[in-house]
Amino acid sequence: MLTLQFMAYSEIENLNSSNRIKKILDIVKENKIVLLEGKLKKEEEASLIQATMEEINNKFKGIELSAFDYAKGEEVFINKLRKNFARFLLGHRNGMTIIGPASIVKEIKKDPNKIELLTKDGNKKRSKKR
Amino acid sequence: MINLVKQFINKVLKNIFKKKKHLKLGIYGAPNSGKTTLANKICQDWLGEDMGNVSNIAHETREVQIKEQINIKHKGKELSFNLVDTPGIATKIDYEDFIKVGLKQSEAKKRAKEATKGVIDSIKWLDDMDAVVITLDATKDPYSQVNITIVGNLQARKIPVLIVANKIDLKKANIKKIEAAFPQYDVIGISAKYGKNVDKFYEALFVITS
Repeated sequence: MLTLQFMAYSEIENLNSSNRIKKILDIVKENKIVLLEGKLKKEEEASLIQATMEEINNKFKGIELSAFDYAKGEEVFINKLRKNFARFLLGHRNGMTIIGPASIVKEIKKDPNKIELLTKDGNKKRSKKR
Repeated sequence: MINLVKQFINKVLKNIFKKKKHLKLGIYGAPNSGKTTLANKICQDWLGEDMGNVSNIAHETREVQIKEQINIKHKGKELSFNLVDTPGIATKIDYEDFIKVGLKQSEAKKRAKEATKGVIDSIKWLDDMDAVVITLDATKDPYSQVNITIVGNLQARKIPVLIVANKIDLKKANIKKIEAAFPQYDVIGISAKYGKNVDKFYEALFVITS
């Protein structure tokens, strides 16, 4: 059975980077796919990969990870400014991040218009158009 | 205004710093994107020797490798740097994948363990780079999160980046897709294996390191 766990940004908002990563990784290691509201910082994404590598063993093979924004196309200056101001006030809430165990999630395909999550048996389990 | 002053001071300090040591040029990318093939091409062209082994099996390079004092001369200009070839960055490593391509179980497990350490080291080394060449396999999906994470981390650290679309000798290669994925960067299409467009690559190296 495939389990998707939604994580509101407020659940990680007040955690430091290492605790954010630990919280996400602990859920993924329970063979659940995390749908995180918002995005991690780029440095946190790199740390998540590092932490994942430290945890890899015969059972846990790693993660599949994909982060995306809701906005698409060229943004006008005023929208960028508004977005940066919102990020300053609210954190990286915009967009979504999918993190799943590599033993279940084969691939997360992303192009500018859609996200496809493929599971190990090759069936397309979820497709989200943006 | 404060930002402009900060940028100016950073640039001056960086230039002073650069003159004191050799530039560190890192080669980053996903496993099997051709990092070591490119490193070998550079080393063969300017030192007459290889840098490391290449293989069709992923994670052949599992330790950071450095070649010191490479001097490139191109159109009357000179560039001197230490070349750092890094293990491919991945989010998953399964020893069973290595068994599928013919390794024994013990070898596969050892390779997987070394590969995980290699990924950690590659990320640690990001902070030490002065400029980075990201090699992407032009036949594959450029929107993979590993590519985006590497680019984002270099951007956050204000490290100059050159994106190389490698393997353009293959029919499935699609440089335009890579250009669309990273519109903020120049993308140079090359075949590191056959030396195609390598002149353009060297020209671009001068631009990002100037």
